[in-house]
Amino acid sequence: MKAAVAPGVRLGSVSFVWRPWLALVTLVLTAATFLVFCLSISIGDFPIGLSQVIATLFGRGEQVDEFVIMDLRMPRALAGLVVGIALGVSGALTQSIARNPLASPDILGITGGASVVAVSLVTVSGGATAAVVSSVGLSVAALAGGLCTGLLVYFLAWRRGIDGFRLILIGISVSAMMEAITTWLLVKADIKDVARAQAWLVGSLENRSWDEVWIALWCSLALLAVVSCVAFQFKPLHFGDEVAAGLGVRYSMVRAVLLLCAVLLAAVAVSAAGPVPFVALVAPQVAMRLARCPTPPLVASGMTGALLLIGSDLVARTALPITLPVGVVTAAIGGPFLVYLLVRANLK
Amino acid sequence: MVTQYITEIESGVDDTSRLAAKGVSVGYGARTVIDDLDVAIPPGVITTIIGPNGCGKSTLLRTLSRLLKPTKGTVVLDGDDIVKLKTRDVAKKLGLLPQAPVAPEGLTVSDLVARGRHPHQSWLRQWSSDDAAIVERALAMTGVADLADRPVDSLSGGQRQRVWISMTLAQGTDLLLLDEPTTYLDLAHAVDVLDLVDDLHESGCAVVMVLHDLNLATRYSDNLIVMREGSILAQGHPRDVITADLLEEAFGLRAKVIDDPVGDRPLIVPIGRTHVQLDGNS
Repeated sequence: MKAAVAPGVRLGSVSFVWRPWLALVTLVLTAATFLVFCLSISIGDFPIGLSQVIATLFGRGEQVDEFVIMDLRMPRALAGLVVGIALGVSGALTQSIARNPLASPDILGITGGASVVAVSLVTVSGGATAAVVSSVGLSVAALAGGLCTGLLVYFLAWRRGIDGFRLILIGISVSAMMEAITTWLLVKADIKDVARAQAWLVGSLENRSWDEVWIALWCSLALLAVVSCVAFQFKPLHFGDEVAAGLGVRYSMVRAVLLLCAVLLAAVAVSAAGPVPFVALVAPQVAMRLARCPTPPLVASGMTGALLLIGSDLVARTALPITLPVGVVTAAIGGPFLVYLLVRANLK
Repeated sequence: MVTQYITEIESGVDDTSRLAAKGVSVGYGARTVIDDLDVAIPPGVITTIIGPNGCGKSTLLRTLSRLLKPTKGTVVLDGDDIVKLKTRDVAKKLGLLPQAPVAPEGLTVSDLVARGRHPHQSWLRQWSSDDAAIVERALAMTGVADLADRPVDSLSGGQRQRVWISMTLAQGTDLLLLDEPTTYLDLAHAVDVLDLVDDLHESGCAVVMVLHDLNLATRYSDNLIVMREGSILAQGHPRDVITADLLEEAFGLRAKVIDDPVGDRPLIVPIGRTHVQLDGNS
């Protein structure tokens, strides 16, 4: 009989289950993300060869290139990378916690809350606040808005534990409320402010400053570190609370920590790039099917998110005759690809 | 009438028992389901909790397994208050299979059973050769080794239940708590699963389970706990406990208790309204 149980790998005192296919898919996704990341820096009004881009990234570029790369294009590409990974991981966490693929941060009210705060800052007090609040201030305020709404949804959904459907229903209700407030703010606002608010609302990687990117990068790194520490305890939660408890997991604590991380990651992403739709929903589902895992794999989901976001941004500003906001393209590429994977599974 | 059925329930913990409830009250929110209950689980045998719907059988099992926290009293596991133990330490001593668990779609049998090693693993040591050996043994013992690569959702109900029991077994405890392991199974598969439970008992595990089917409970248990309205009506060997009077008292069921033609336990023959031919008194 062939080996039924997955083989293990040991490195000193570290050991883990060896899943060759998952490892291969994750590696390929990472390589593809790096490639698209470099391409995104290389392509522009002033094209720079891929080799120069890579040389500059490792500190061996020429000075002319270095200015274009590091000062002009890098923030945009890096923002795409960070936001993509944050959204992918956040979606994988929320979908796993709710045991439901619909439970993306968009649906759980985080995007809606961030939008309300951002739009009200831009519109309510007119240009006055807008002038005072720098783009960094806007990001931080949006982050706070997203976080508060996410926590509100969590506490409203809490009833002797967290039930997936309840979480989604309350998330949808709160999101709808936030959307209504956003619309109301836009309707009664000055037309000039509306344009600025709209630009924020569609989600874009344009004109990112290093300051904004640094905030998003460090916040995400810290959150991902927490997630990777807790993720091991999280695995049994896919079987439900009672089985997890039977396997020695303090499930309410583990879930609360991870859900908080997911909310924060999504809020960081929204504050850095605006509400880019669909990435958090589709990336974990695509990663799960590519890696043939029964549950969303965290690293592969993050990489898929980054690949989708940077790739979409690249398509949005180069391949199309008009420059579209990245959010339009993420939905246009990610949606059909997920449908293709689902249909392919049906045909088998 | 009630007290005469109670065979030797000591208040407090008997010395040989590893798991016991002392003066335990439990409820959901404001509703109290179990009030001031004492029970000791005897070691090395199959104990089955029976009783009418809503009598608190599952609540008792969930309390014994630490899923529910008592509002009064304590559950004692190997001399310690179970609430004060770490979740992980409880999981190393006590395996638990909740009612009708659901695995993620596409998860393979070996991956599910492997998860049973979780209490023994850590962030750095996620999989050892011991783990592999124990999981293989658990798969073989529950007769699902040939299904190891199949997704759990592609199996029949009986096979699936074997796989879940296999996961609990991989946990490596000698105390297993099973909440209605035969739910949704036809009689043949129910017997099959209970034969497996008996194998586990033969290999040295103490088993506590909740069952609905009284005849299966009688056949497979060495110790029956009969509950009604949150308290224990009787406890002991099926031969001592199962009588027509007790069934009437606990379930409101009119039945005749006869010798099992194929076993050494009593057999319950319910008396319904139709197709009954009674000679003399029931």
